[in-house]
Amino acid sequence: MNAVETNVIGDEKRWRLVEAVMRRCGYCGDALIETLHAVQETYGFIDESSMRRVADSLKLPLSKVYGVATFYHFFHLKPKGRHTCVVCMGTACYIKGADAIMQKIDDAFGVKAGETTPDDHLSVMTARCVGSCGLAPAVVVDQQVLGHIKPDQVVNHIKELES
Amino acid sequence: MTPEALQQVAKAEQDAITKQPQRIGVCTAAGCLSCKSGEVLKTLQTALERRADVPYKAVGVGCMGLCAHGPLVSVEPDGLLYQDVGKDDIPALVDSLATTPVMEKQCDLKAPFFSRQVKVVLDKFEKIQPERIESYLANGGYEALMQCVTNRSPEHILDEVKRSGLRGRGGGGYPTGLKWETVAKAHGARKFVICNADEGDPGAFMDRSVLECAPHRILEGMAIAAYAVGATAGYLYVRAEYPLAVQRLKLAIRQAEKFGLLGDHICGSSFSFKVEIRLGAGAFVCGEETALIASIEGRRGQPRPRPPFPAEKGLWGNPTLINNVETFANVPAILVKGADWFAAMGTEQSKGTKVFALAGKINNTGLIEVPMGISLREIVEEMGGGAPDGHTIKAVQTGGPSGGCIPSDRFDISVDYESLKKMGSIMGSGGMIVMDETSSMVDVARFFMEFCKSESCGKCVPCRVGTSQLYDLLERVRKKRASHRDLERIEQLCEMVRTTSLCGLGQTAPNPLLSTLKFFRHEYEELLVDQHGEAVS
Repeated sequence: MNAVETNVIGDEKRWRLVEAVMRRCGYCGDALIETLHAVQETYGFIDESSMRRVADSLKLPLSKVYGVATFYHFFHLKPKGRHTCVVCMGTACYIKGADAIMQKIDDAFGVKAGETTPDDHLSVMTARCVGSCGLAPAVVVDQQVLGHIKPDQVVNHIKELES
Repeated sequence: MTPEALQQVAKAEQDAITKQPQRIGVCTAAGCLSCKSGEVLKTLQTALERRADVPYKAVGVGCMGLCAHGPLVSVEPDGLLYQDVGKDDIPALVDSLATTPVMEKQCDLKAPFFSRQVKVVLDKFEKIQPERIESYLANGGYEALMQCVTNRSPEHILDEVKRSGLRGRGGGGYPTGLKWETVAKAHGARKFVICNADEGDPGAFMDRSVLECAPHRILEGMAIAAYAVGATAGYLYVRAEYPLAVQRLKLAIRQAEKFGLLGDHICGSSFSFKVEIRLGAGAFVCGEETALIASIEGRRGQPRPRPPFPAEKGLWGNPTLINNVETFANVPAILVKGADWFAAMGTEQSKGTKVFALAGKINNTGLIEVPMGISLREIVEEMGGGAPDGHTIKAVQTGGPSGGCIPSDRFDISVDYESLKKMGSIMGSGGMIVMDETSSMVDVARFFMEFCKSESCGKCVPCRVGTSQLYDLLERVRKKRASHRDLERIEQLCEMVRTTSLCGLGQTAPNPLLSTLKFFRHEYEELLVDQHGEAVS
């Protein structure tokens, strides 16, 4: 998931993965969301050049592609840091103090939800619910779910990550 | 494959189990996996390979419910369940298989959490290996579909589903049989079946568990529905936030196609049905039927006015049947065991069982399936085991952002569609969040309003502007800047948003606020101030 900012146009090899999804759907406009998923999976985020290219390939106005990419929370338009920390803000996690975790992360690293540290080390995000309510409060650090976790433990876990 | 060939596959699998009934099942649903149950399974397998004296085989199975104490490990045929099993517990556990069971980590299966459950949707989760179709077949899977396509007419199936009294499990509670019949009667060159697996309620994970543990049960339900309404293609709309569910569904579809249970000429009959997966992208509003359809069509998930209902004009203008995961998962059992068996469970209006996800300030967090009509007290206090650390339970929130809070003095309420609605809440998809005396109800209402404000798709004004204004007003209350007049404005605005919004999201957005105002008004009033900024009460 380590996203590096790339100029999509110059990266033909990886673009083929996106192309394959569009081809499977017959370059039909209905495949827009599927295609955006493929872009994000391949590059880690969806930048303007890839949106333009998708719009061209699927014969859709760029405004529509931009509209859809910004409508859905799952799509990111900016690259993420080397490590990601997703704090679950589902009801169960909220009741069990997810906001305290958020606060502690802000205190320790100076980043709020949706932000990345200036050195691109860490991106902090919130999720509507990661579906691990039985383990509330839950945090997902680099795809690994940490359940029943306390604010200090989250901070320590992040500090131990390799830079 | 012909039904006979499929029965042979099932029989071979059953024979293997009869030959070696000693099995250890390790939960491989997301909850336990994040407590490292994958590691536990591997360690068990290597440990058992070295021990010729214990004839047990370790396999990964589905969710066993008590997520608070994962990883869970079951031992068959002894009927034991161990909780909180770590890698270090394996040597003792393996040793105990030849002698007497370890006591300290054993779950009491006679405890209400287990004994009060009646399983239809979650049936045999502890036996089914989610990634093997053979295992599902051996546990009676696809029997209903085989019977339907070879022996039963669509009318017969519609009649059976109608008589069962099954209602939509996504929250609305619309009679499933009626919905199916409308689609069956609708005219259209093509018809579609959609499974709504975009579990958006924050605090609910029932569908996730069913998708991960028994993907074939959902595919079977969808295929039966397609046969009954005359559809040839289907879509499974799943949250992208559930990667394991997506991966297992993809695998399940491939397996079912290989076994001739999806695709052309299912079980050698003239019926054909194909299923594709569509990934959601994190929009709560896509739980609404017309918004979900827009999303499958590659557009923004914005609802449109109904009628026409999707049953008449849905996906690309064709008649479309949309049901929730749990609704489809009920279907195979209804057709195998009969409508009467299903209708015997539950209350007059709400038949069958319901899966709930218990979470929040409660001891036994996890998944339960109970007959409709059970009291909330039984669920929360007996099965859930009350609040941890000596706290007392104050309220239960059902139905997520569209539901309401039920105070502890009303816990004798029967859990069914009508009673919950009368109480100002809704059944919802099955999330149940328990709160104790430390939770502020104003804060809970603000939390849900923030959710609705941010998830509002922006199409209609009452929802887009109303939820935003309500959120601001709630913030004022919380910061002790609101007056009695503001509270009145909140109530008026709630009524306006409720009655004039376009879709269910807006129409139900005021519910958490209204129900907390109804039962916990004093918590709001304690925060009010007069024009001089002095506390009123």
